[in-house]
Amino acid sequence: MLSYVIKRLVAGLVTVFFIATATFLAMHLVPGDPISGAKAMSPEIRANIEARYGLDKPVAVQYVVFLTNMMKGDFGISFTQQNRSVNDIIAGHFPISATLGILAVLIAAMGGVLYGSIAALTRGKWEDRTVMFLVILGVSVPSFVFAALGQYVLTEINKRFDTEILPVGGWGTFSHMLLPALVLGLGTMAFLTRLMRSSLLEIVNQDYIRTAKAKGLPTRRIFFSHQLRNAILPVITFLGPAIAAITTGGFVVESVFAIPGLGRYFVQAVNQLDYTVIMGLTVFYGAFLVFMVILVDIIYGFVDPRISIAKGKA
Amino acid sequence: MMDIKTAFPLDFSPVKKTTEFTLSSRPSLSYWQDAWIRLKKNKQALASLFIVVGLVVFTLIGPYVWRVDPSNQELSRISEAPSLGRSVLVLPEEVAYEEVVVAGHEESPTADGASLDATAEIQIMGVPSIQGVRFKWTPVKGAAGYSIYRTQTEPKDRESLGVPLSSIEGGNRVSFDDGFDLQAGRYFYAVVAKNGEESSKFKVISVDLKAGISLSDAQSISPDAKIGEMLKMGARPLGTDYLGRDMLARLIFGARVSLFIGFFAPLLYVILGILIGGISGYFGGKIDDWLMRITDFVLALPFLLFMILFKIAFGAGPGDDGIFPMLIALIVLSWTGAARLTRGQILQLRESEFVQASRLLGAKSLYLIFRHLLPNTLGVILVYLTFAVPSAIFTEAFLSFIGMGVAPPTPSWGSMCNDGIKSFLIHPHEFIFPALFISITVLAFNLLGDGLRDALDPKMRSQS
Repeated sequence: MLSYVIKRLVAGLVTVFFIATATFLAMHLVPGDPISGAKAMSPEIRANIEARYGLDKPVAVQYVVFLTNMMKGDFGISFTQQNRSVNDIIAGHFPISATLGILAVLIAAMGGVLYGSIAALTRGKWEDRTVMFLVILGVSVPSFVFAALGQYVLTEINKRFDTEILPVGGWGTFSHMLLPALVLGLGTMAFLTRLMRSSLLEIVNQDYIRTAKAKGLPTRRIFFSHQLRNAILPVITFLGPAIAAITTGGFVVESVFAIPGLGRYFVQAVNQLDYTVIMGLTVFYGAFLVFMVILVDIIYGFVDPRISIAKGKA
Repeated sequence: MMDIKTAFPLDFSPVKKTTEFTLSSRPSLSYWQDAWIRLKKNKQALASLFIVVGLVVFTLIGPYVWRVDPSNQELSRISEAPSLGRSVLVLPEEVAYEEVVVAGHEESPTADGASLDATAEIQIMGVPSIQGVRFKWTPVKGAAGYSIYRTQTEPKDRESLGVPLSSIEGGNRVSFDDGFDLQAGRYFYAVVAKNGEESSKFKVISVDLKAGISLSDAQSISPDAKIGEMLKMGARPLGTDYLGRDMLARLIFGARVSLFIGFFAPLLYVILGILIGGISGYFGGKIDDWLMRITDFVLALPFLLFMILFKIAFGAGPGDDGIFPMLIALIVLSWTGAARLTRGQILQLRESEFVQASRLLGAKSLYLIFRHLLPNTLGVILVYLTFAVPSAIFTEAFLSFIGMGVAPPTPSWGSMCNDGIKSFLIHPHEFIFPALFISITVLAFNLLGDGLRDALDPKMRSQS
């Protein structure tokens, strides 16, 4: 068990190293540099600025410096926001994105399991059809459309009751998070619903369910202690990629709802060609995703004892 | 004893040769014919297929049927609601505005502003139109200035006068020229005298505005337009956007971008994936190890971040529409799924009996790959491709929506949504139509994919 975890972690670190290298290379392929965009400046000043950010050194040296700093956990200083370090930006804005993401994953997972179960239990009836129709809609409509419609409906409701029942945008309190998290989680929820439904339907025909029925167990008991527990496994496996999908979707939702999260910062940094911020955020996000997937795999090993992760077959 | 033949003549007469016979088997159908029959039975999938074909026709034929230039900006028709051509009034050329200043007006510095009288009369000057409304009023005794308010609902009291348009300093300046964002409809203007503070009395005038264009603009549409005539404008079935461009024409051209990326990116990266996965699965060993390691690595990259990173790395210079970099970025980052799928299939098939039999008969590698292995993976890959199309369309829309995709002025559905969402509450059509197009396209491909999966791959048939 421990050796498996260590092995996965080492593999994860190697992946992060490759992500860092790819980011570095991509950034140095980008035409233009963050300094030339600014006001005209004398060569002396330019040289000074280049020296400060280490741009005067050869690319190989820059790469080594970048890697060593990164290993120390130092992503450098922003080009456009004077004296603000990338670590600072991450510390200030990642918690916002993470809170939103966690809430979205929770909503998606709970909704997915609930609606998937409803659909599977009422297979072929109108409840099932309605849920499956909504699922198709959920995977086919982009999240910014849900975001816009959600805002519109909320505005109308707020107008109708003449008070702010839920705020339409911005960030701060829990009520600010609800709509964005729901919008962010909808696509994933739709996917999980479908997954949960097909996984439940597969299990219905298993021998142990028939045995349970033959024993005369009540339906409720069969569902909760046999069907649900087994069917939920694929949903848990998917949570790793789901976290990735949700962080990605966060870009759009953060921009529509004016949430000061990391995604919005990344887009802004790209527009301003802020080298250090782009590299820092990409590596940070990459590392986050890689370790999230590892974490989910390890948790999966605990949840399903049939899978012996010690052999590296999770 | 009776002759048995005469007693039961029918039973013992020789059977005549008939042409009727029963088929002991159905005609043999190829895999693809069989799949097509199954697909045709699936109404949802068939309807989706028609939608997809319709979209392609819309994109290819559209520009020849709907001949409106998508980049033509008509600033007199900004954010127009959908209509089949409306009539507008041809107006005289704008004359320079001359302010009316009365002589002999006395301001009384001591007067109490709140108790000033309302003006006696407001007079419209010239022809009011959406290009401008001008009016003058009789000066109010003792006023040191006037405030002008405008609203589109009839004001009932002092509080409901609407937007304060202007504050005029000087009691002798008694005219106003409003050209601020006027649209066809009824407007109410209120003039309130003031001296320090504003009077509680006011005078309202209502003006009905017709949509109008100036003579020179009218003559550029139809050369013999005359002042005062009604001129029929071109139809805008889906309205116009925030720069007065025709939405339908832009949606057609946006479809080109969105569907181009939606079709070609998946096609190219699935081909790349088949190549890599095929090589990996067929040859196995060291090659397989390395290729799969690369695959795992690419899979671990945070997709959208690298999409953006690669897109700017491959360079969208000024004037570049940014489609090509997006295509490259999508291919570089998305081939992994198809590669893994193909590898898995090939690994399975490689050991199957019919392939081994063929190998035993002396088939070469290339023959095996192209005759046996690839055709048998094609079904699964086609299903994968169908699901890859909507995800590519989604990616394009997302990127364009956050401003990292196709560069303006090239329209794409995603960037049109981005433009439209800013005024969604006021002009919903600017957002709803492109959003609808994205949703319907993705929906159609998803349903078609479901249908194809059921038809092509009975093993993976979705349970219903």
